[in-house]
Amino acid sequence: MTARIGVVTFPGSLDDRDACRAVERAGATPVELWHGDASLHAVDAVILPGGFSYGDYLRCGAIARFAPVMAEIIPAVAHGLPVLGICNGFQILCEAHLLPGALTRNQGRRFLNRDVRIQIVNNTSAWTSGYRVGEELTVVLKSGEGAYVADQQTLAGLQERGQILARYCGGNPNGSVGDIAGVVSEAGNVAGLMPHPEHAIDVLTGPGADGLGFFTSVLRAVPAAASAVSIVV
Amino acid sequence: MTAAEITTTSQDTVPDAAATPDRPQPFAALGLTADEFARIGGILARRPTDAELAIYSVMWSEHCSYKSSRKHLRQFADKAPATDVMLAGIGQNAGVVDIGQGYAVTFKIESHNHPSYVEPFQGAATGVGGIVRDILAMGARPVAVMDALRFGPADAADTHRVLPGVVGGISFYGNCLGLPNIGGELAFDPCYLGNPLVNALCVGVLRHEDLKLAAATGPGNQVILFGSRTGPDGIGGASVLASASFGGAGEGAKRPSVQVGDPFMEKLLIECCLELYQAGLIVGIQDLGAAGVACATTELAAGGGTGMRVWLDQVPLRDSSLGPAEILMSESQERMMAIVTPENTPAFMAICAKWDVRATVIGEVTDSGRLEMSWHGAPVVDIPPASAADQGPVYDRPVRRPDSQDALIADDPLRLARPQAGDAGLGADLRADLLLLLGSPEGGDKTWVTEQYDRYVRGDTVLAMPHDAGLLRVDEATGLGVALATDGNGRYCQLDPYAGTQLALAEAYRNVAVSGARPLAVTNCLNFGSPEDPAVMWQFTEAVRGLADGCQQLGIPVTGGNVSFYNQTGSAPIQPTPVVGVLGVHDDVRRRVQSGFRQPGAAVVLLGETAAEFGGSLWAWLRHGHLGGLPPAVDLEAERALADVLITAAARDLLVAAHDLSDGGLAVALAESCLSGGTGCAITLPADQATFLFSESAARAVVAVRPGAEEELAALCAQAGVAAATIGATGGTALEVSGLFTVPLDELARVHSGALPALFG
Repeated sequence: MTARIGVVTFPGSLDDRDACRAVERAGATPVELWHGDASLHAVDAVILPGGFSYGDYLRCGAIARFAPVMAEIIPAVAHGLPVLGICNGFQILCEAHLLPGALTRNQGRRFLNRDVRIQIVNNTSAWTSGYRVGEELTVVLKSGEGAYVADQQTLAGLQERGQILARYCGGNPNGSVGDIAGVVSEAGNVAGLMPHPEHAIDVLTGPGADGLGFFTSVLRAVPAAASAVSIVV
Repeated sequence: MTAAEITTTSQDTVPDAAATPDRPQPFAALGLTADEFARIGGILARRPTDAELAIYSVMWSEHCSYKSSRKHLRQFADKAPATDVMLAGIGQNAGVVDIGQGYAVTFKIESHNHPSYVEPFQGAATGVGGIVRDILAMGARPVAVMDALRFGPADAADTHRVLPGVVGGISFYGNCLGLPNIGGELAFDPCYLGNPLVNALCVGVLRHEDLKLAAATGPGNQVILFGSRTGPDGIGGASVLASASFGGAGEGAKRPSVQVGDPFMEKLLIECCLELYQAGLIVGIQDLGAAGVACATTELAAGGGTGMRVWLDQVPLRDSSLGPAEILMSESQERMMAIVTPENTPAFMAICAKWDVRATVIGEVTDSGRLEMSWHGAPVVDIPPASAADQGPVYDRPVRRPDSQDALIADDPLRLARPQAGDAGLGADLRADLLLLLGSPEGGDKTWVTEQYDRYVRGDTVLAMPHDAGLLRVDEATGLGVALATDGNGRYCQLDPYAGTQLALAEAYRNVAVSGARPLAVTNCLNFGSPEDPAVMWQFTEAVRGLADGCQQLGIPVTGGNVSFYNQTGSAPIQPTPVVGVLGVHDDVRRRVQSGFRQPGAAVVLLGETAAEFGGSLWAWLRHGHLGGLPPAVDLEAERALADVLITAAARDLLVAAHDLSDGGLAVALAESCLSGGTGCAITLPADQATFLFSESAARAVVAVRPGAEEELAALCAQAGVAAATIGATGGTALEVSGLFTVPLDELARVHSGALPALFG
């Protein structure tokens, strides 16, 4: 039996289809979750995809954070459910206080779509265990509000507890503090990443396949997937 | 009198119109001529009501009725090549072509020029929204957008107001919709300073059986308006009507004439429509664009050959003060109209509710042959729908070749000084000219614009900027895909609108072929000045004739398009700017050919013949400020032969890179290939190097050959009658033209990428 990875569709989600494809490419079964669902349908992990949930009205992720499906996800996280928020999903996780800090308007004040280099800082999380610390990846940044911010105390804490997941290298594209591209919860199961690994799963439609490791890593973290991992690896 | 009182107490009803035949009506302020107004009276055998006048004024506008162009556009049908790829053609919301394996593709390009000048951000944003709904209305899932943009000089103050707004609007709307932006154009010329061109293209994919048409059939079926509520946006004319009819400027004066877009609602509308299609709940569907409810009701009823009864007071409003005429003319965005059987209506409503899309029954299909509308029970419209939708006036406008044309053509660019063999400093001069072109806003890197667009979303983008064509995967299992390119060149068309239009067609055709796709069908957006100017009408008729003849010769049909007239500042029209979009089919996108030199050691081969052709060229314009002579010669048979070579070579995997030669000629093409692939090249040119570097002779491409495949490519070219000259090889970290000059790639990159950021931050 392969792992079941849920991908939530909020009204305005855009990269849900891409996240499903990446899950499939990694050898797992994508399960579509609807924002209004009051059930997680027995998934082993959840991805909150990119997009403009609820039109990003009020503030990016601020409304999605109150969606019925989030009321299921939040308690499950406490029991170790692996959750990856990409771009708008990262914003939602910060709004839900599942991750510290916030995402603000890019330093250049414009939406930016660019292939970027990031360096893996923490490879003990559910979503990065397949990478080496220091490994550099090319992934896709595409966001208008991607500048990560947090107060000094929070940053020091993140640093101290190893919660910085990845940093931009070779230039900071959006003004994120400390070049932070992604962070992870203290328990290591909830990760937020501003650039999109699901758009870097092959050379045909992306800058390469460097991003696939996020989706294969999580298979190691979920018990149901033991057999699937052996197929992929 | 308050606005609310106006709407409820003083509507002009059908009996009123019959009883007061001589009441003055503001037809001229609404853009109708006295003859047109009289014609309405003839059709109705009475004066129109205010609401009817609103319908005719928008439906008979140039924008909706094509009254000045229709006579000429017939050539696209009359000269259409024999083809079985068309599933739906001109007259529908967008053309639909068969791409095989049960898939069809629909695509169309449309202008939003004037709104984008008045309010660049919303004007451009709603341009994207409108074309996306056209594609959606055909039953297709929209899968990508492109945009063809033209602005005044890049350093002009007003360009700094317009360009960032337009790009921001396209970025905002397209990105929020989740549609990848896979290409387009960006050009600058003084003629566009007071009239920028913002042309948006959308492409959608459907299965053959999912095709939907705009027809209201089945008396008793429900007419459902769904999406956003109707507000007072986009009613330029209606506020005039309201003021003139009711004697007060009032609130109308404060209303915006440019619509405001909500891409989130449009995204919901897309997903909602696709679910409605899948559930089989739609009899007919139409998007609401220009002319809003007036257009959708008349076209649906006319398309179905039926009648329709509409209760205008049922239209959900964002502004309760709107009256029937304003509701009819409102161009509020993100609205669609569907025809649904009464049995399916509850299921329709349930899907709309799932997507939080407001849906309201506002009428029903009848067999009366009349479009009848009421307002709180009073009849305010009673017309034959086809009289507004299809039977508008058709004009045969005077056409006259301008007297100045001969002098323009006589001003031969060959008189311009160009670096010659034997000149001291020949190499340095050529190098300087290359960097001049490459560092200009026209010839420079467009990343400042394109990186504001999401090109990755949906995960099927195989090629996008800076490659010659956008290429999308349609089927993941088979690799079937579609390529799209848009091209246009106002300078060429100014010199010769017939040839210039064919050159635009040829370039788009070539750009599609360069990726390895076979060109299949054409769309167009014809941007011209006033049709009331005989010289402009001459440009227009020449352009249409050129495109129709060109498509006939290349064997690819025009599937639809858009005409935008009145692009001028005062009495000065823009350069004639037909933008031509070509769609091609790629058998297997995994064998796509991209434009960058990515590996050393590949032979660089110039395909096609080069002559000294500088008329309308980027070099003549930037180096000498010159526009004169004739544009490059058109040879569509050579284009077809070149395309055949490129498509076959891609299928046999003979090429590692291919790039079309156009603005700036070989010099700019080589520099772009070096930069986009990160590898240099060293080439040797025959005498008259300036011509080889900067001439814009058509039917040419530069390719890098897969090592070992050189002979096979040469044989292929020989067989097809395409000239092929090996001019060098890829490799190194510079663009080197033997014996003349060398430019290191980092210098090339600095110059190329610097132009737009230096101007726009």
